[in-house]
Amino acid sequence: MNMLVCVSRTPETTAPVKFSADMSEYDGSGVNFIMNPYDEWYALVRALEVKESQGGKVTLFHVGGAESDAVIRKGLAIGADDAVRVDAAPSSSMFVAKQIAEYCKANAIDILFFGKETIDFNGAEVGAMAAEMLDMPYISFAIDMQLDGNNATITREIEGGKEVGEVQTPFALSAAKGLAEQRIANMRGIMMSKRKPINVIPAADAADKATVVKYAYPDAGGDVVYIEPDNMDELVRRLAEEAKVL
Amino acid sequence: MVLVYAESPQGKLKKAAFEAVTYGRQAADAMGVQCAALVLGAADNAGELGSYGAHEVYQVNNDSLNNFDSQVAASVVSSAAQKLGATLVVMMHSSSGKALAGRVAVRLDAGLVTAVNALPTISGDAVNVTKNVFSGKAIAEFSISSATRVVSVAGNTFKPVVNGDAASVQTLDVDVPQGRYTVKEVSTMDGVTPLPEAELVVSAGRGMKGPENWGIIEELADILGATTACSRPVADVGWRPHHEHVGQTGVAIKPNLYFAIGISGAIQHLAGVNQSNVIVVINKDPEAPFFKAADYGIVGDLFDVVPRLNESLKKYKAENS
Ligand SMILES: Cc1cc2nc3c(=O)[nH]c(=O)nc-3n(C[C@H](O)[C@H](O)[C@H](O)COP(=O)(O)OP(=O)(O)OC[C@H]3O[C@@H](n4cnc5c(N)ncnc54)[C@H](O)[C@@H]3O)c2cc1C
Ligand SMILES: Nc1ncnc2c1ncn2[C@@H]1O[C@H](COP(=O)(O)O)[C@@H](O)[C@H]1O
Repeated sequence: MNMLVCVSRTPETTAPVKFSADMSEYDGSGVNFIMNPYDEWYALVRALEVKESQGGKVTLFHVGGAESDAVIRKGLAIGADDAVRVDAAPSSSMFVAKQIAEYCKANAIDILFFGKETIDFNGAEVGAMAAEMLDMPYISFAIDMQLDGNNATITREIEGGKEVGEVQTPFALSAAKGLAEQRIANMRGIMMSKRKPINVIPAADAADKATVVKYAYPDAGGDVVYIEPDNMDELVRRLAEEAKVL
Repeated sequence: MVLVYAESPQGKLKKAAFEAVTYGRQAADAMGVQCAALVLGAADNAGELGSYGAHEVYQVNNDSLNNFDSQVAASVVSSAAQKLGATLVVMMHSSSGKALAGRVAVRLDAGLVTAVNALPTISGDAVNVTKNVFSGKAIAEFSISSATRVVSVAGNTFKPVVNGDAASVQTLDVDVPQGRYTVKEVSTMDGVTPLPEAELVVSAGRGMKGPENWGIIEELADILGATTACSRPVADVGWRPHHEHVGQTGVAIKPNLYFAIGISGAIQHLAGVNQSNVIVVINKDPEAPFFKAADYGIVGDLFDVVPRLNESLKKYKAENS
């Protein structure tokens, strides 16, 4: 199995969110960046498990500048064989998807892995776009995937339940919690990752069609109203009359 | 025109579909165009889309569309959009919508913004939309530059508004390609509102000490008719099922009322729940970070407070039903 795991880089979850003075750009200075958890914890690990059980190769794919190399190295330390980095800012979902599609057209991929969404912009866009450009089936929010030769049985999350379906390689999926168990890089993995290649390639042309022009902070909520723990009638009254939510 | 694709899982349109068509109608009014709605396969209550604002309701009748395959649905929705001349395609930000929106955007050569939280602002050819980003810590405004645009509407954000009569459903004739993904089985929990759609949510965390103590939480949820949720560590150790886990790495929810019981309010938890309309926090630690995000706070031992709350609520329900 030739597997490509698309990984994105996101601010660490506890990082403060700041913008340029004119509120037009995100300010990542002083922020610690991590690999998007869905990509690292579930997509990458499931790809590694497939490789371990039936052989194959796991390549990481990332669109971003040299500042992303630390995140990519982490994926190599967890066990990916090699990595490709498209040396360009990921300016829009359409741009990123195009880079992935162009690479896959030139390199036959059996399973294309995505995370369910990035935790900064919560787009859930790139995987579906790349799959369409490649005319591949795309199964979103996979929580289980079993392979039997080229046949895959996939369980995906749907509203209030689950769906089980079948598809043959080549296909694309997005990984949700449950697809695999998070792995931590060990010392040997970290040492080996230093010798694994990150192939840096130029970007293919692609136009952005939707881009951020401005950021804003949400309105600060009002103050909390404290209610005595022995006066739950008062809480119920306020929920009914003041908040009108009962 | 504005085309709204309304999902009908298991043959029935649900609340999120009516939210999307309400949004589509309001966007169409702002753009000075008509609003049409589209259903694929079976949809018993498709005519209701008219009541929520669609001028026309179209249905593509084909049994293979009763199960969702992103590739097939994308082809059909895009063909319909082209046939009807849509300049804005509106979808639901659901688990299927998330697999579909990107595909449709590629097919229509359209700019896409998912999970929008407000109506578009239109000036000339430019259509701008906003969405919550960075776990609700900021709002981003996107400008869409293409002639056709695709947006998906965040759940529980636009209240469905009835503004007309049910419409008659017209058959739309478009090609339905053969899919390559076959659905074998669909299982949903009957009688429980799924978390992303729930208006009332009762959530509990590690403060519960163990799974055997959840009786009072389930009782509270029962009295309210609420859906239960939990913090991540509680799902990780198996006290509660995984699908109940809310937060940044779990389900993101937006109920009208959220009860957080014995949950500290870590930033990753807040990320998935801070869009709730009203938040009630019950915690014995007055310094728990969750109180900063709360509308109502009760500092106390949950094992005393929750049973008392249940009694007060039962009394209220008995008097007001
Ligand atoms: C990358 C990343 C992603 C994460 N994603 C998520 C996520 O999606 N969702 C999520 O929930 N967490 C997530 N976490 C974990 C998060 O950081 C917290 O560890 C977690 O939310 C804490 O759960 P908790 O509040 O139940 O437990 P605790 O932090 O242990 O809090 C328990 C609370 O219960 C209170 N308490 C104890 N006993 C009582 C009592 N008798 N009466 C009243 N109150 C009592 C305590 O005062 C305390 O505030 C993530 C972490 C990371 C690093
Ligand atoms: N810059 C990027 N480089 C490579 N893959 C990406 C990039 N951005 C997003 N992805 C992939 O697309 C998935 C969904 O991202 P998004 O559509 O931005 O929510 C992520 O989980 C990654 O697998």
